[in-house]
Amino acid sequence: MANKLDSKIPSGSIEDKWTKSKFDYKLVNPANKRKHSIIVVGTGLAGASAAASLGELGYKVKAFCVHESPRRAHSVAAQGGINAAKNYQNDGDSTYRLFYDTVKGGDFRAREANVYRLAEVSANIIDQMVAQGVPFAREYGGTLANRSFGGAQVSRTFYARGQTGQQLLLGAYSEMMRQVDAGTVELRTRREMLDLVIVDGKARGIIVRNLITGEIESHEADAVVIASGGYSNVFFLSTNAMACAVTAAWKAHKRGAYFANPCYTQIHPTCIPVHGENQSKLTLMSESLRNDGRVWVPKAVGDKRHPNDIPENERDYYLERVYPSFGNLAPRDVASRQAKYRCDEGRGVNESGKAVYLDFADSIKRLGEEKISERYGNLFEMYEKITGQNPYKQPMMIYPAPHYTMGGLWVDYNLESTIPGLFVAGEANFSDHGANRLGASALMQGLADGYFVLPYTLGNYLGSTKLEKVSTTNDAFKAAEHGVKQEISKLMNIKGNRTVDSFHKELGNIMWEYCGMGRNEEGLKKALQEIPKLREEFWQNVRIPGDANYLNVELEKAGRVADFMELGELMCRDALERKESCGGHFREEYQVDGEAKRDDANFCHVAAWEYTGENKASVRHTEELKFENVHLATRSYK
Amino acid sequence: MAGKTLNLTLRVWRQKGPKDQGGFVDLQAKNVSEDASFLEMLDAVNEELVGKGDEPIAFDHDCREGICGACGFVIDGEAHGPMKSTTVCQLHMRNFTDGATLTIEPFRAQAFPVIKDLMVNRSAMDRIISAGGYISQNAGNAVDANAILVPKADADEAMSSATCIQCGACVAACKNASAALFTSAKISHMALLPQGQVERKERAIRMVAAMDAEGFGACTTTGACEAACPKDIQLTNISRMNREFLVANATKREKHSDGGAG
Repeated sequence: MANKLDSKIPSGSIEDKWTKSKFDYKLVNPANKRKHSIIVVGTGLAGASAAASLGELGYKVKAFCVHESPRRAHSVAAQGGINAAKNYQNDGDSTYRLFYDTVKGGDFRAREANVYRLAEVSANIIDQMVAQGVPFAREYGGTLANRSFGGAQVSRTFYARGQTGQQLLLGAYSEMMRQVDAGTVELRTRREMLDLVIVDGKARGIIVRNLITGEIESHEADAVVIASGGYSNVFFLSTNAMACAVTAAWKAHKRGAYFANPCYTQIHPTCIPVHGENQSKLTLMSESLRNDGRVWVPKAVGDKRHPNDIPENERDYYLERVYPSFGNLAPRDVASRQAKYRCDEGRGVNESGKAVYLDFADSIKRLGEEKISERYGNLFEMYEKITGQNPYKQPMMIYPAPHYTMGGLWVDYNLESTIPGLFVAGEANFSDHGANRLGASALMQGLADGYFVLPYTLGNYLGSTKLEKVSTTNDAFKAAEHGVKQEISKLMNIKGNRTVDSFHKELGNIMWEYCGMGRNEEGLKKALQEIPKLREEFWQNVRIPGDANYLNVELEKAGRVADFMELGELMCRDALERKESCGGHFREEYQVDGEAKRDDANFCHVAAWEYTGENKASVRHTEELKFENVHLATRSYK
Repeated sequence: MAGKTLNLTLRVWRQKGPKDQGGFVDLQAKNVSEDASFLEMLDAVNEELVGKGDEPIAFDHDCREGICGACGFVIDGEAHGPMKSTTVCQLHMRNFTDGATLTIEPFRAQAFPVIKDLMVNRSAMDRIISAGGYISQNAGNAVDANAILVPKADADEAMSSATCIQCGACVAACKNASAALFTSAKISHMALLPQGQVERKERAIRMVAAMDAEGFGACTTTGACEAACPKDIQLTNISRMNREFLVANATKREKHSDGGAG
């Protein structure tokens, strides 16, 4: 067991590890690169940048996505920005400081060596994206503009209005399309990965369903990269796009890839609250709003007056009160929990009682409406479109929502999973964010993995591994195809009475209630009883109309929900076993005055789960985390 | 934000597949919350259809935040519906009146074949991008970002063009089904930046050629595209594209072999 979780952290000082690795890695000579084929699943920031770079190096790349176009991957929705240790502001930033902030922000549950490399290549990311024509915000002198973000005391966030994710994705997508034109990348859209094929112990291909024709296809390669994003949609309501699923990663998990820290989910504090039964997803309001918005609830329980009628001395600006030094800019996990506490006390606003105010009145008075509109105009318009209320005239209402998942497939320093030849990049892996993700760091990781890490580590794998030729007529492919077809026909033949969404919503409620912002032993045990019951009902009573051999949206959703049910159970088990609080994982039994209480003596490790078979308990393995550079300390924002 | 509900009649385009004839079907949407988005209203109608064992209405959608560009169809003759600068996923039911009948149909264009119901195939737009909608920059060794100075005004204007979400509403709104607004926004974005200069002419020629080859119609500058665009992409992009294309053609050099002796 222990040798399976070899993190392969290179020796030497933290500053030299990556440089040394790059020299030590085996190379593939240019003429041999075109003899190697690589599959990339997912075409968001991590997948598109990986496909573009690998294609450009000369490998034969096949890229797959569920969308009609790679440019629609969910990376597109990120608003705020991307961090890089450029120190353009001369305010004391450095690779080391970005590394330090990220390790601390992740509540000391990330691997130091990975985080340092992330900080190290962050500057290259900005160079690369600017050279590709990403229109970042500029100062009048023509240099790049920066702003600050939660969890940092320096201005290191680069941004493109409120559409940083979209512009970065367009950059990576266009580089990938350049390789499509050059013939090095073959693009297969509207394909969903439904199994991983392993030959002689190595990842050698995937099985996909063509979502338009229903056809099941086999694709072989010398290595597979999964960059399929996160799994927040396990909660049903989340800020993730509708097609975000765990399926590709989960199928790989079932084939032997360990799943690490599944319970680590980030709850983002500033989302538009739920409005009713039919709501399909939640919309995020950028964290940057907390720079000028003040968060409050009425002091009195049950005060239902219009916010503008509640006088100043009857308002509780609780973040400023509890965290005087960070105030409204307290980190996401802290701000989210505080909102929950206030609503649990009965002081929440909105009809549901599940919202708090984010008030711009003071800033408008101080800076003028024009300045506020210049800073946040598009967000204010979006808020008004969704809620019908004008945030210039009355406070916004916000509530926390599931946003980003720090858990994912376990990978070593080379981003290789426990299955040789299966690499995992971006949000789909577990590696860089620990128990909590700071703002503007997800985009950074996606591009770092795809542009600057995988081209080296994958080359090393191909250069140092003997790979026999395989073809899709191989028995392993046939068996996997058969399994996929059987599962589909099983789903289609249930012909029950309940819709897929009704199951998904019920699962989401269980997950939010018992494995959401706060978790405790009793609740998690309850969830572990309820989820298997729900899963059983699903497999007996789900209704999928239509046919499997053409476009069938309900069938697609059913497959994803089936995987979410299994994942949800693992998340609860992981949360139950981790008897401490850290970052976004808040076990109510382990706290000091409402603050997370870590247990470094017993839990300073990554928990990686091994799948052992249907209806069998997964086995928990651990990878010890060593903090040699950033010393373990309690996070405090007071 | 609560309270009122609407009852609507939907005349929805149903089409099983690309080769199927297709036609309008009347469906009822009852007790729709005015706080629901248009797509959430369709979700509710679909839940009812699935409950009866019927197939749900197929439509493309994903982020539901107005940024991914996946969603879009025509409501009462208008791409993305009646609200200005709004994608259909951000269109909310409070903008409709109780008892109304709404006609919902897919984006129609020869280059956008219907896949099913309201879902169309827009991959022609990806092919326009792969024909030159990029700046060639190999990964790994770009110069320091601040070594490329970009005047703020240029960066802002490039950004305004780059906000196009590739949804295809411009094509659907155009009587010629022209993709000029989309293609020109891409050409403009890169033509305005110093990084885009090297390939500027080649890019204009190749992207315009790809656009024509995909079967999009010609632009006659009616401005319907700009009016329908959920991201306010401006017509001036089209003028810029035309200028880029003309200059590129007028100054085009014949390609010659540049192989050298070893």
